[in-house]
Amino acid sequence: MDKLARSAEEAIRNIPDGATIAVGGFGLCGIPENLIAALRDRGTSGLTIVSNNCGVDDWGLGLLLANRQIKKMVSSYVGENKTFEQQFLNGELEVELVPQGTLAERLRAGGAGIPGFYTPAGVGTPVAEGKETRTFDDRAYLLERGIKTDYALVKAWKADTCGNLVYRRTSRNFNPLAAAAGKVTIAEAEEIVDIGALDPDEIHTPGIFVQHVVLGRHYEKRVERRTTRSPKGENE
Amino acid sequence: MKSSRSKIVSRALEEIKSGMYINLGIGMPTLIANEIPAERGVMLQSENGLLGIGPYPEDGLEDADLINAGKETVTAVSGASCFDSAESFAMIRGGHVDLAILGGMEVAENGDLANWMIPGKMVKGMGGAMDLVHGAKRIVVIMEHVNKQGESKVKRFCELPLTGQRVVHRLITELAVFDFHGGEMTLVELQPDATLEEVREKTEAYYQVSTGLLGTEKEGRS
Repeated sequence: MDKLARSAEEAIRNIPDGATIAVGGFGLCGIPENLIAALRDRGTSGLTIVSNNCGVDDWGLGLLLANRQIKKMVSSYVGENKTFEQQFLNGELEVELVPQGTLAERLRAGGAGIPGFYTPAGVGTPVAEGKETRTFDDRAYLLERGIKTDYALVKAWKADTCGNLVYRRTSRNFNPLAAAAGKVTIAEAEEIVDIGALDPDEIHTPGIFVQHVVLGRHYEKRVERRTTRSPKGENE
Repeated sequence: MKSSRSKIVSRALEEIKSGMYINLGIGMPTLIANEIPAERGVMLQSENGLLGIGPYPEDGLEDADLINAGKETVTAVSGASCFDSAESFAMIRGGHVDLAILGGMEVAENGDLANWMIPGKMVKGMGGAMDLVHGAKRIVVIMEHVNKQGESKVKRFCELPLTGQRVVHRLITELAVFDFHGGEMTLVELQPDATLEEVREKTEAYYQVSTGLLGTEKEGRS
Protein backbone atom coordinates (compact mmCIF):
# COMPACT_ATOMS: atom_id res chain seq x y z
CA MET A 1 0.00 0.00 0.00
CA ASP A 2 2.34 2.70 -1.24
CA LYS A 3 0.81 6.19 -1.31
CA LEU A 4 4.02 8.06 -1.89
CA ALA A 5 3.88 10.71 -4.62
CA ARG A 6 7.13 11.82 -6.20
CA SER A 7 6.51 15.51 -5.75
CA ALA A 8 3.99 18.06 -4.52
CA GLU A 9 3.34 18.96 -8.18
CA GLU A 10 2.40 15.37 -8.96
CA ALA A 11 0.26 15.08 -5.81
CA ILE A 12 -1.96 18.08 -6.62
CA ARG A 13 -2.10 17.61 -10.40
CA ASN A 14 -5.62 16.15 -10.52
CA ILE A 15 -7.29 18.88 -8.45
CA PRO A 16 -9.69 20.55 -10.92
CA ASP A 17 -10.68 24.20 -11.18
CA GLY A 18 -13.64 24.93 -8.88
CA ALA A 19 -12.72 22.25 -6.31
CA THR A 20 -13.51 22.58 -2.62
CA ILE A 21 -10.41 22.00 -0.50
CA ALA A 22 -9.96 21.74 3.29
CA VAL A 23 -6.53 23.01 4.29
CA GLY A 24 -4.90 22.37 7.67
CA GLY A 25 -3.04 24.93 9.76
CA PHE A 26 -3.58 27.67 12.31
CA GLY A 27 -2.11 30.96 11.22
CA LEU A 28 1.12 29.88 9.53
CA CYS A 29 1.62 26.98 11.95
CA GLY A 30 1.21 23.52 10.44
CA ILE A 31 0.28 24.68 6.95
CA PRO A 32 1.01 22.42 3.96
CA GLU A 33 3.40 24.96 2.47
CA ASN A 34 4.75 22.75 -0.33
CA LEU A 35 1.30 21.70 -1.56
CA ILE A 36 0.05 25.30 -1.47
CA ALA A 37 3.09 26.46 -3.47
CA ALA A 38 2.51 23.67 -6.01
CA LEU A 39 -1.14 24.70 -6.36
CA ARG A 40 -0.04 28.29 -6.88
CA ASP A 41 2.40 27.20 -9.61
CA ARG A 42 -0.24 25.09 -11.33
CA GLY A 43 -2.75 27.97 -11.24
CA THR A 44 -5.83 25.88 -10.35
CA SER A 45 -8.60 28.45 -9.95
CA GLY A 46 -12.14 29.07 -8.72
CA LEU A 47 -11.31 27.27 -5.47
CA THR A 48 -13.41 27.14 -2.33
CA ILE A 49 -11.02 26.85 0.60
CA VAL A 50 -12.07 25.69 4.07
CA SER A 51 -9.31 26.74 6.45
CA ASN A 52 -9.20 28.48 9.81
CA ASN A 53 -7.18 31.39 8.39
CA CYS A 54 -6.01 32.60 5.00
CA GLY A 55 -2.27 33.01 5.45
CA VAL A 56 -0.53 36.37 5.18
CA ASP A 57 0.04 38.52 2.10
CA ASP A 58 3.09 36.66 0.82
CA TRP A 59 2.85 33.24 2.44
CA GLY A 60 0.55 30.28 2.92
CA LEU A 61 -2.92 30.59 1.40
CA GLY A 62 -2.12 34.27 0.81
CA LEU A 63 -0.16 33.05 -2.24
CA LEU A 64 -3.33 31.62 -3.80
CA LEU A 65 -5.25 34.79 -2.98
CA ALA A 66 -2.62 37.03 -4.56
CA ASN A 67 -2.83 34.84 -7.67
CA ARG A 68 -6.66 35.13 -7.68
CA GLN A 69 -7.19 31.38 -7.43
CA ILE A 70 -9.66 31.50 -4.54
CA LYS A 71 -13.36 32.15 -5.12
CA LYS A 72 -14.59 31.56 -1.58
CA MET A 73 -13.06 31.23 1.90
CA VAL A 74 -14.67 29.46 4.85
CA SER A 75 -12.70 30.61 7.91
CA SER A 76 -12.95 31.82 11.50
CA TYR A 77 -10.39 34.64 11.29
CA VAL A 78 -8.91 36.37 8.27
CA GLY A 79 -7.40 39.50 9.80
CA GLU A 80 -3.76 39.19 8.77
CA ASN A 81 -4.09 39.71 5.05
CA LYS A 82 -4.43 42.96 3.05
CA THR A 83 -4.98 41.20 -0.28
CA PHE A 84 -7.89 39.44 1.36
CA GLU A 85 -9.41 42.74 2.44
CA GLN A 86 -9.06 44.28 -1.03
CA GLN A 87 -10.58 41.31 -2.86
CA PHE A 88 -13.40 41.06 -0.33
CA LEU A 89 -14.26 44.76 -0.56
CA ASN A 90 -14.14 44.58 -4.41
CA GLY A 91 -16.60 41.69 -4.32
CA GLU A 92 -14.10 39.30 -5.95
CA LEU A 93 -13.96 37.02 -2.93
CA GLU A 94 -16.82 35.35 -1.06
CA VAL A 95 -16.36 34.80 2.66
CA GLU A 96 -18.20 32.61 5.14
CA LEU A 97 -17.12 33.34 8.70
CA VAL A 98 -17.60 30.42 11.08
CA PRO A 99 -16.85 30.34 14.82
CA GLN A 100 -13.61 28.45 15.27
CA GLY A 101 -15.02 25.61 17.36
CA THR A 102 -17.94 25.26 14.96
CA LEU A 103 -15.54 25.10 12.01
CA ALA A 104 -13.48 22.39 13.72
CA GLU A 105 -16.60 20.40 14.57
CA ARG A 106 -18.08 20.83 11.08
CA LEU A 107 -14.96 19.26 9.60
CA ARG A 108 -14.87 16.56 12.26
CA ALA A 109 -18.55 15.78 11.68
CA GLY A 110 -18.15 15.77 7.89
CA GLY A 111 -15.25 13.35 8.14
CA ALA A 112 -17.19 11.18 10.60
CA GLY A 113 -20.35 10.91 8.47
CA ILE A 114 -22.45 13.22 10.63
CA PRO A 115 -24.48 15.64 8.49
CA GLY A 116 -25.32 18.16 11.21
CA PHE A 117 -25.10 18.94 14.91
CA TYR A 118 -26.32 21.55 17.39
CA THR A 119 -24.01 24.05 19.06
CA PRO A 120 -24.64 27.09 21.26
CA ALA A 121 -21.93 29.15 19.53
CA GLY A 122 -23.49 31.99 17.56
CA VAL A 123 -27.00 32.00 19.05
CA GLY A 124 -28.34 35.57 18.94
CA THR A 125 -25.55 36.76 16.62
CA PRO A 126 -25.23 37.29 12.85
CA VAL A 127 -23.98 33.67 12.65
CA ALA A 128 -27.50 32.44 13.47
CA GLU A 129 -29.13 34.02 10.40
CA GLY A 130 -30.97 31.44 8.33
CA LYS A 131 -30.18 28.57 10.70
CA GLU A 132 -32.57 26.35 12.64
CA THR A 133 -32.57 27.06 16.37
CA ARG A 134 -33.60 24.39 18.82
CA THR A 135 -33.86 24.35 22.58
CA PHE A 136 -32.43 21.52 24.68
CA ASP A 137 -32.70 21.68 28.48
CA ASP A 138 -33.66 25.38 28.36
CA ARG A 139 -30.66 26.42 26.25
CA ALA A 140 -30.80 27.49 22.60
CA TYR A 141 -28.58 25.84 19.99
CA LEU A 142 -27.97 26.31 16.26
CA LEU A 143 -28.04 23.55 13.70
CA GLU A 144 -24.70 23.48 11.88
CA ARG A 145 -23.80 21.26 8.94
CA GLY A 146 -20.89 18.88 8.63
CA ILE A 147 -18.40 19.74 5.88
CA LYS A 148 -17.05 17.24 3.35
CA THR A 149 -14.61 18.52 0.78
CA ASP A 150 -13.38 17.22 -2.58
CA TYR A 151 -9.78 17.42 -1.42
CA ALA A 152 -7.81 18.07 1.75
CA LEU A 153 -4.23 19.33 2.01
CA VAL A 154 -2.52 18.66 5.33
CA LYS A 155 0.91 18.93 6.89
CA ALA A 156 2.39 16.26 9.18
CA TRP A 157 5.69 16.04 11.00
CA LYS A 158 6.22 12.38 10.15
CA ALA A 159 4.37 10.12 7.76
CA ASP A 160 4.84 6.54 6.66
CA THR A 161 4.30 5.41 3.10
CA CYS A 162 0.79 4.08 3.84
CA GLY A 163 -0.38 7.48 5.05
CA ASN A 164 -0.19 7.22 8.83
CA LEU A 165 0.55 10.71 10.16
CA VAL A 166 2.13 12.17 13.28
CA TYR A 167 2.00 15.88 14.04
CA ARG A 168 4.22 17.94 16.29
CA ARG A 169 3.11 20.34 19.07
CA THR A 170 0.48 22.90 18.02
CA SER A 171 1.00 22.24 14.32
CA ARG A 172 -1.66 19.52 14.65
CA ASN A 173 -4.58 22.02 14.94
CA PHE A 174 -7.02 21.51 12.02
CA ASN A 175 -4.88 18.97 10.13
CA PRO A 176 -6.45 15.70 11.40
CA LEU A 177 -9.95 17.16 10.90
CA ALA A 178 -9.20 18.31 7.36
CA ALA A 179 -7.63 14.93 6.60
CA ALA A 180 -10.84 13.10 7.53
CA ALA A 181 -13.13 15.62 5.78
CA GLY A 182 -11.42 15.37 2.38
CA LYS A 183 -12.60 12.74 -0.11
CA VAL A 184 -9.05 12.79 -1.44
CA THR A 185 -6.48 13.81 1.17
CA ILE A 186 -2.93 14.73 0.29
CA ALA A 187 -0.45 14.92 3.16
CA GLU A 188 3.00 16.44 3.09
CA ALA A 189 5.49 15.61 5.83
CA GLU A 190 8.90 16.74 7.01
CA GLU A 191 10.02 13.12 7.15
CA ILE A 192 8.75 9.97 5.46
CA VAL A 193 9.49 6.67 7.19
CA ASP A 194 8.97 3.06 6.16
CA ILE A 195 5.82 1.15 7.05
CA GLY A 196 6.26 -0.21 10.56
CA ALA A 197 8.62 2.52 11.72
CA LEU A 198 5.84 4.42 13.52
CA ASP A 199 4.52 2.95 16.76
CA PRO A 200 0.77 2.30 16.24
CA ASP A 201 0.06 4.07 19.55
CA GLU A 202 1.69 7.31 18.44
CA ILE A 203 -0.23 7.75 15.16
CA HIS A 204 -2.58 10.77 15.18
CA THR A 205 -4.17 10.30 11.73
CA PRO A 206 -4.56 6.68 10.62
CA GLY A 207 -3.67 6.08 6.99
CA ILE A 208 -7.25 5.28 5.95
CA PHE A 209 -7.88 9.04 5.84
CA VAL A 210 -4.92 9.76 3.57
CA GLN A 211 -4.68 8.95 -0.16
CA HIS A 212 -1.36 10.53 -1.11
CA VAL A 213 1.80 11.31 0.84
CA VAL A 214 4.63 13.53 -0.29
CA LEU A 215 7.92 14.58 1.29
CA GLY A 216 7.95 18.34 1.78
CA ARG A 217 11.10 20.13 0.74
CA HIS A 218 12.70 23.34 1.97
CA TYR A 219 10.38 23.98 4.90
CA GLU A 220 10.34 27.65 5.82
CA LYS A 221 7.95 27.22 8.77
CA ARG A 222 7.51 30.96 9.09
CA VAL A 223 6.58 32.48 12.44
CA GLU A 224 3.87 35.16 12.46
CA ARG A 225 4.74 36.73 15.82
CA ARG A 226 8.17 35.97 17.17
CA THR A 227 7.92 36.60 20.90
CA THR A 228 10.74 35.86 23.34
CA ARG A 229 11.43 36.35 27.01
CA SER A 230 14.05 39.05 26.54
CA PRO A 231 12.83 42.52 25.59
CA LYS A 232 12.91 43.26 21.86
CA GLY A 233 16.34 44.08 20.54
CA GLU A 234 18.16 43.30 23.77
CA ASN A 235 20.22 40.48 22.29
CA GLU A 236 20.78 42.00 18.88
CA MET B 1 -1.03 56.45 39.48
CA LYS B 2 -1.38 53.11 37.68
CA SER B 3 -2.49 53.05 34.05
CA SER B 4 -5.99 51.85 33.18
CA ARG B 5 -4.60 48.68 31.70
CA SER B 6 -2.48 47.80 34.69
CA LYS B 7 -5.45 48.36 37.03
CA ILE B 8 -7.56 46.03 34.89
CA VAL B 9 -4.86 43.38 34.67
CA SER B 10 -4.13 43.50 38.44
CA ARG B 11 -7.81 43.05 39.25
CA ALA B 12 -8.24 40.29 36.66
CA LEU B 13 -5.37 38.37 38.31
CA GLU B 14 -7.53 37.98 41.42
CA GLU B 15 -10.01 35.94 39.35
CA ILE B 16 -7.39 33.26 38.85
CA LYS B 17 -7.65 30.63 41.55
CA SER B 18 -5.40 27.72 42.34
CA GLY B 19 -5.86 24.66 40.14
CA MET B 20 -7.97 26.33 37.44
CA TYR B 21 -7.92 25.55 33.72
CA ILE B 22 -8.07 28.94 32.02
CA ASN B 23 -8.36 30.35 28.52
CA LEU B 24 -7.06 33.88 28.04
CA GLY B 25 -8.24 35.81 24.97
CA ILE B 26 -6.02 37.68 22.56
CA GLY B 27 -4.89 41.22 23.42
CA MET B 28 -5.15 42.57 26.98
CA PRO B 29 -6.05 39.14 28.47
CA THR B 30 -2.74 37.73 27.18
CA LEU B 31 -0.92 40.28 29.38
CA ILE B 32 -2.35 38.51 32.43
CA ALA B 33 -0.48 35.31 31.58
CA ASN B 34 2.90 36.87 32.38
CA GLU B 35 1.68 38.00 35.81
CA ILE B 36 0.26 34.72 37.17
CA PRO B 37 2.37 33.51 40.11
CA ALA B 38 3.75 30.02 39.37
CA GLU B 39 2.64 28.74 42.78
CA ARG B 40 -0.99 29.27 41.83
CA GLY B 41 -0.69 26.08 39.78
CA VAL B 42 -3.02 26.87 36.89
CA MET B 43 -3.04 25.46 33.36
CA LEU B 44 -3.57 27.89 30.50
CA GLN B 45 -5.46 26.55 27.51
CA SER B 46 -4.78 27.83 24.01
CA GLU B 47 -7.59 27.01 21.58
CA ASN B 48 -5.17 26.16 18.76
CA GLY B 49 -4.35 22.98 20.66
CA LEU B 50 -2.22 23.40 23.80
CA LEU B 51 -3.09 22.87 27.45
CA GLY B 52 -0.25 24.25 29.55
CA ILE B 53 1.08 27.40 27.88
CA GLY B 54 4.45 28.38 29.29
CA PRO B 55 6.35 31.67 29.07
CA TYR B 56 7.73 33.05 25.82
CA PRO B 57 10.83 31.12 24.73
CA GLU B 58 14.33 32.39 25.30
CA ASP B 59 15.80 34.24 22.36
CA GLY B 60 16.92 31.75 19.73
CA LEU B 61 14.77 28.90 21.09
CA GLU B 62 11.55 29.85 19.26
CA ASP B 63 9.72 26.85 17.82
CA ALA B 64 7.50 27.54 14.78
CA ASP B 65 5.40 24.48 15.75
CA LEU B 66 4.58 25.86 19.20
CA ILE B 67 2.40 28.97 19.21
CA ASN B 68 -0.55 30.39 21.14
CA ALA B 69 -3.90 31.49 19.69
CA GLY B 70 -2.43 34.95 19.08
CA LYS B 71 0.14 33.23 16.82
CA GLU B 72 2.97 34.15 19.19
CA THR B 73 5.81 31.72 19.86
CA VAL B 74 5.42 30.21 23.34
CA THR B 75 6.73 27.28 25.38
CA ALA B 76 4.87 24.38 26.98
CA VAL B 77 4.98 23.81 30.75
CA SER B 78 5.80 20.48 32.32
CA GLY B 79 2.57 18.45 32.17
CA ALA B 80 1.33 20.17 29.03
CA SER B 81 -0.62 18.35 26.32
CA CYS B 82 -1.25 18.97 22.60
CA PHE B 83 -4.39 18.09 20.65
CA ASP B 84 -6.38 18.99 17.56
CA SER B 85 -8.84 21.88 17.22
CA ALA B 86 -11.98 19.74 17.61
CA GLU B 87 -10.71 18.29 20.90
CA SER B 88 -9.69 21.77 21.98
CA PHE B 89 -13.23 23.05 21.49
CA ALA B 90 -14.64 19.91 23.12
CA MET B 91 -12.78 21.10 26.24
CA ILE B 92 -14.23 24.56 25.80
CA ARG B 93 -17.78 23.80 24.66
CA GLY B 94 -18.02 20.82 26.96
CA GLY B 95 -17.66 22.98 30.06
CA HIS B 96 -14.24 21.70 31.11
CA VAL B 97 -12.52 25.10 31.12
CA ASP B 98 -13.06 26.85 34.47
CA LEU B 99 -12.54 30.42 33.37
CA ALA B 100 -12.23 32.45 30.19
CA ILE B 101 -11.02 36.04 30.31
CA LEU B 102 -11.90 37.94 27.13
CA GLY B 103 -11.57 41.47 25.82
CA GLY B 104 -14.69 43.45 24.96
CA MET B 105 -15.89 46.27 22.71
CA GLU B 106 -19.29 46.63 24.41
CA VAL B 107 -21.01 44.93 27.33
CA ALA B 108 -24.74 45.47 27.98
CA GLU B 109 -26.51 45.47 31.33
CA ASN B 110 -28.09 42.06 30.61
CA GLY B 111 -24.67 40.45 30.07
CA ASP B 112 -24.59 40.61 26.26
CA LEU B 113 -21.08 40.86 24.83
CA ALA B 114 -19.90 42.38 21.54
CA ASN B 115 -16.21 41.96 20.78
CA TRP B 116 -15.72 40.83 17.18
CA MET B 117 -16.96 43.23 14.51
CA ILE B 118 -17.64 46.87 13.73
CA PRO B 119 -20.09 47.28 10.81
CA GLY B 120 -18.55 49.27 7.97
CA LYS B 121 -15.05 48.22 8.93
CA MET B 122 -13.33 45.15 7.55
CA VAL B 123 -14.72 42.07 9.26
CA LYS B 124 -11.82 39.93 10.44
CA GLY B 125 -13.79 37.14 12.03
CA MET B 126 -14.81 35.91 15.44
CA GLY B 127 -12.11 33.29 15.92
CA GLY B 128 -12.99 31.17 18.95
CA ALA B 129 -14.81 33.86 20.97
CA MET B 130 -18.35 32.69 20.19
CA ASP B 131 -17.54 29.15 21.30
CA LEU B 132 -15.73 30.30 24.44
CA VAL B 133 -18.56 32.49 25.74
CA HIS B 134 -20.93 29.50 25.75
CA GLY B 135 -18.48 26.93 26.98
CA ALA B 136 -16.25 28.10 29.81
CA LYS B 137 -17.82 27.82 33.28
CA ARG B 138 -17.14 31.46 34.01
CA ILE B 139 -16.77 34.37 31.56
CA VAL B 140 -14.92 37.46 32.73
CA VAL B 141 -14.67 40.39 30.33
CA ILE B 142 -11.94 42.98 30.76
CA MET B 143 -12.06 46.28 28.88
CA GLU B 144 -11.61 50.00 29.29
CA HIS B 145 -14.77 51.68 30.58
CA VAL B 146 -15.08 54.27 27.79
CA ASN B 147 -13.91 54.43 24.17
CA LYS B 148 -11.48 56.94 22.66
CA GLN B 149 -14.34 59.41 22.19
CA GLY B 150 -15.16 59.12 25.88
CA GLU B 151 -18.41 57.21 25.25
CA SER B 152 -19.41 54.47 27.64
CA LYS B 153 -18.71 50.90 26.52
CA VAL B 154 -20.90 49.64 29.37
CA LYS B 155 -24.27 50.04 27.70
CA ARG B 156 -28.02 49.58 28.05
CA PHE B 157 -27.94 47.52 24.83
CA CYS B 158 -25.03 46.53 22.61
CA GLU B 159 -25.10 48.41 19.32
CA LEU B 160 -22.44 46.23 17.73
CA PRO B 161 -23.25 42.71 16.50
CA LEU B 162 -23.12 40.31 19.44
CA THR B 163 -20.58 37.66 20.26
CA GLY B 164 -23.05 36.10 22.68
CA GLN B 165 -26.32 36.87 24.51
CA ARG B 166 -26.29 37.10 28.32
CA VAL B 167 -22.95 35.36 28.53
CA VAL B 168 -20.88 37.66 30.79
CA HIS B 169 -20.57 36.72 34.47
CA ARG B 170 -18.23 39.55 35.50
CA LEU B 171 -16.94 42.74 33.89
CA ILE B 172 -13.72 44.39 35.06
CA THR B 173 -12.83 47.93 33.92
CA GLU B 174 -10.30 50.43 35.26
CA LEU B 175 -13.13 51.97 37.30
CA ALA B 176 -15.22 49.12 38.58
CA VAL B 177 -16.22 45.47 38.77
CA PHE B 178 -19.78 44.48 37.79
CA ASP B 179 -21.54 41.12 38.17
CA PHE B 180 -24.44 39.85 36.05
CA HIS B 181 -27.30 37.71 37.36
CA GLY B 182 -30.63 36.96 35.72
CA GLY B 183 -30.21 39.72 33.13
CA GLU B 184 -29.32 42.39 35.70
CA MET B 185 -26.08 44.13 36.43
CA THR B 186 -24.65 45.01 39.84
CA LEU B 187 -21.70 47.19 40.74
CA VAL B 188 -19.77 45.06 43.22
CA GLU B 189 -16.42 46.83 43.56
CA LEU B 190 -14.74 50.13 42.85
CA GLN B 191 -11.22 50.11 41.51
CA PRO B 192 -8.52 52.13 43.32
CA ASP B 193 -9.05 55.90 42.86
CA ALA B 194 -12.55 55.46 41.33
CA THR B 195 -15.69 56.94 42.88
CA LEU B 196 -19.35 55.96 42.62
CA GLU B 197 -19.96 59.29 40.95
CA GLU B 198 -17.35 58.74 38.23
CA VAL B 199 -18.71 55.25 37.55
CA ARG B 200 -22.24 56.70 37.28
CA GLU B 201 -21.06 59.40 34.83
CA LYS B 202 -19.24 56.96 32.58
CA THR B 203 -21.77 54.11 32.58
CA GLU B 204 -24.70 54.12 30.19
CA ALA B 205 -26.12 50.84 31.53
CA TYR B 206 -28.56 50.69 34.41
CA TYR B 207 -27.15 48.87 37.39
CA GLN B 208 -27.67 48.17 41.05
CA VAL B 209 -25.04 49.00 43.61
CA SER B 210 -24.02 46.20 45.93
CA THR B 211 -25.11 46.95 49.49
CA GLY B 212 -21.52 46.55 50.59
CA LEU B 213 -20.58 49.67 48.61
CA LEU B 214 -21.35 52.80 50.57
CA GLY B 215 -24.63 51.96 52.20
CA THR B 216 -27.88 52.62 50.47
CA GLU B 217 -26.87 54.69 47.44
CA LYS B 218 -28.64 53.31 44.37
CA GLU B 219 -28.10 53.85 40.71
CA GLY B 220 -30.15 53.83 37.55
CA ARG B 221 -33.60 52.38 37.39
CA SER B 222 -33.59 50.61 40.76
